[in-house]
Amino acid sequence: MKFAFFPGCVSRGACPELYTSTVKISEILGIELDEKALESASCTGAGVLQEKNQLLGDTLNARNIALAEKQNLPILTICSTCQGVMSQAEYRLENEEYRAQINETLADEGLEYTGKTPTRHILWIIVEEIGEKKFKSLVKRQLDGLRLAPFYGCYLVRPSKALKFYEKPERETCLEDLTEWVGATVVDFPGKTACCGFPIVTINEKASLKMVGNHTSTAKDLGAAAMVTPCPLCHLNLDQYQDRAAWMMEREIDLPIIHVPQLVGLALGLDPEELKINKHVISTKKLLTEISLKP
Amino acid sequence: MLQTAKKTIQIEIKRQDPEINNGESYNQIYDVEVEDWFTVLDALIKIREEIDGTLSLRCACRASICGSCAMRVNGQAKLVCKTKLSVVEKNNKILVEPVGNMPVISDLVADFKPFWDKFNAVEPYLKPEGEVPEGEYLAPNEDMVHLVGVMNCIMCGACVSDCTVLEVKDNFLGPAALAKSYRFIADPRDGSQFERLQNLEKDGGIWDCTRCMQCVEVCPKDVDPMERIMSIRSKSIENKIDKNYGARHAKSFTDLIKNNGILNEVLLILRTKGLFNIIELAKLLPIAIGAQLAGKRPPFLSHSSKNKNQIKKIFKKLEDK
Repeated sequence: MKFAFFPGCVSRGACPELYTSTVKISEILGIELDEKALESASCTGAGVLQEKNQLLGDTLNARNIALAEKQNLPILTICSTCQGVMSQAEYRLENEEYRAQINETLADEGLEYTGKTPTRHILWIIVEEIGEKKFKSLVKRQLDGLRLAPFYGCYLVRPSKALKFYEKPERETCLEDLTEWVGATVVDFPGKTACCGFPIVTINEKASLKMVGNHTSTAKDLGAAAMVTPCPLCHLNLDQYQDRAAWMMEREIDLPIIHVPQLVGLALGLDPEELKINKHVISTKKLLTEISLKP
Repeated sequence: MLQTAKKTIQIEIKRQDPEINNGESYNQIYDVEVEDWFTVLDALIKIREEIDGTLSLRCACRASICGSCAMRVNGQAKLVCKTKLSVVEKNNKILVEPVGNMPVISDLVADFKPFWDKFNAVEPYLKPEGEVPEGEYLAPNEDMVHLVGVMNCIMCGACVSDCTVLEVKDNFLGPAALAKSYRFIADPRDGSQFERLQNLEKDGGIWDCTRCMQCVEVCPKDVDPMERIMSIRSKSIENKIDKNYGARHAKSFTDLIKNNGILNEVLLILRTKGLFNIIELAKLLPIAIGAQLAGKRPPFLSHSSKNKNQIKKIFKKLEDK
């Protein structure tokens, strides 16, 4: 399985551990990542650019996808926000007239968007392409008894039409499924598909912190040892702002937030150091101790 | 005679009565025999009429027009008259709760006062300017067609129920009121666009939305409230109502992508807050230090796209469209 790797801005910025852990697990999972295919791609716009100008946002995403298509490669993403924004663009580009309008701009660079192979998040690829049987055969470290709270955030669950939930209902529970495949116990809580607060953290920090505090404290009180998320933006807010949220709530939270590839890497037997799982603000030491007790 | 299949469904209902259980909510389970064509509302009415006459619920038209039967089904707001049981039941079970983000009066009936107060706060009526015409205020068809979607709102409160911002911030106007506000802002006959935009810039207005898309997902009428909020943001910036962190964030983000192809998070924060905004930047310092100590070091001069010129070219061509 070869993919044009779309790392997004954050895994090359504030979450370098996501990039590293993705590369590590891909080698074992048999996912070949072409890291050069999208060197001239742009940011997806993360929904912010689309606020102002949807046509511009969709054109940039169509261009990114067309760059991969030119090399006959589908795109693999590792960020829910990138994935969601690209899926939304792909959904609108199903309209022939709109596609033609955008392709007119792309023609300037010799590109054409066809949309034949949809962009996919690595979580979807693991659950849908690799599948339970093969994945479980690769697991070297069962995380039995580890209590994990899945946190999807927004972009991998809404809008369900653009994310094709009707065609692929497994997407609705893919994070819980993966958590179970590694042997861990799912700690379910209603906030798992709510907003993490990241989009308003620089605009309205108090509201954003309340979201961080509500999600992390609820999961913690339900006995979660960590939270796992497919979105680096959720990770940033839930990890970096957790102490401040705890201070605001006048309580302790201390819940490590790990990336999906880090969870997968632990199950595949990789060294935590290789997955850079120590590069988080909320310490993962206790979590690692718990895992090493049950190798 | 039409043959239909019957089966028994377990309906769990979140109930609340000021005179029972000290006003605390509790869940009650009913086993209901249903036909395969039943909506959730059909089942609830059957409970009230045949099993438990004390169950409170609100409904009227039963045809998704009146907007009075919004409730949460399995955690998501829906018009129960429009929701087939067979689509939402899982293992013959469903959970029905009152709408969220509003106080409960009794069982599945919520108090919509906060909803209407916010709705009224955006002055949901035309405020035309200039001389009063002899006949109607006329508007070209093409200027009104794009408002048809937003005019479909039946004020059921589903979007408000599931809004993730309202869960943490009471004064947010919310998706329904903001979508209604857009309906007048974008109406060519309205004369108070600038004033409306100025009001919506304030705390509790358009910049509180996190773009979580809950309102888009649950709206039974495809009003797309979030897209309307984004349109108001865009109009707000166009009208230079942009001296707030929300607008600065949107503008800085766009500029950074335009010039570099990909995002530099450090510059985005600095530009949003303002380079000389010492107090706000000082507040961020502990977060930055925490990240640095953890080894999260976003490069100040981040990566850029290998073909920045082409991206700039696309911006130049489309940014004013």
